[in-house]
Amino acid sequence: MKKSYTLAVVLLPCLLIGCASAPPTLYQWGDYQEQIYNMYNDPGKSPPEEQIAKLEEDYQKVRSSNKQVPPGYHAHLSFLYFKTGKVDQALQELETEKAIFPESTVYMNRLIQQIKK
Amino acid sequence: MRNYLKPLFLMMLVLILAGCATTQKSYDYAAFKRSNPKSILVLPPLNNSPDVKASYTFLSVATYPLAESGYYVFPVALVDQSFKENGLMNPSEIHQVSLKKLDEIFGADAVLYIAVEKFGSSYNIISSESRVTASAKLLDVKTGDVLWEGNATASDAENESNSQGGLVGLLVKAIVKQIMSNFGTDPSLRVSSVTSARLLSANKNGILFGPRSPQYGKY
Repeated sequence: MKKSYTLAVVLLPCLLIGCASAPPTLYQWGDYQEQIYNMYNDPGKSPPEEQIAKLEEDYQKVRSSNKQVPPGYHAHLSFLYFKTGKVDQALQELETEKAIFPESTVYMNRLIQQIKK
Repeated sequence: MRNYLKPLFLMMLVLILAGCATTQKSYDYAAFKRSNPKSILVLPPLNNSPDVKASYTFLSVATYPLAESGYYVFPVALVDQSFKENGLMNPSEIHQVSLKKLDEIFGADAVLYIAVEKFGSSYNIISSESRVTASAKLLDVKTGDVLWEGNATASDAENESNSQGGLVGLLVKAIVKQIMSNFGTDPSLRVSSVTSARLLSANKNGILFGPRSPQYGKY
């Protein structure tokens, strides 16, 4: 009797926490949103090279845990690579965005053509 | 005496029940379901507030709830850059671009038009409040049909228990929780992300879940 009481005391908070906790997110966001915010509101905060390094680092972490980065992440990386003159990487990231999210095909193809011109 | 009261009582009962029933009016999703969009192009928001930071602060947090609700969301900064390269320098010009042109350039299924109505801090003697209010309209890019429209507000002075209930409300809660732990510095950014989560997450009277969500088609 006492045992089951203890069990109930232990289980009750678990149940309550279980109810309160939300379903897992579809994507791992890393610094994506903050970087966009800074790009417009605090552009001097970090140079594009630093932003790339942070996004690539986060991407490796996300990949090693078998999760996904959100829509637009690779395309945004492409944008940053292009800014720093790294055209090959810029093209590669657009291809990656297109491969993961075929919904982006029309726009990605347009950007790829634009860069290659 | 009793005979008088009975019909009166019945009439009141009917009125009370009818009163309850009218509050349950729910959003008409017929056009949304017919269109069944997979991808959403978010245009830089119009700014109807006096704060110049409003548009792009809101834009930076608009992707999260839409993507987590199951949609492909076009890369917002790159999209903005594409407009600028074509001479469209501000949101009000961008909002004038025809759907046909947007379809041709981006190939999006739906376009989201956001307007930030209130943004930032107001001060009074004992406390300061940061409030962000925004409205949004989702259009089918091919037909121009309005698929959904709504508005939301958030404030850092509000009571925490004032949140949406039910199963779909969990997504909003999760987003808000994540946001609160992430954005520590700028109160208007933090409040914007709560407004964005309320406005743009699949929820009661909100958008429906998209194809990339495990909840797609259930609500």
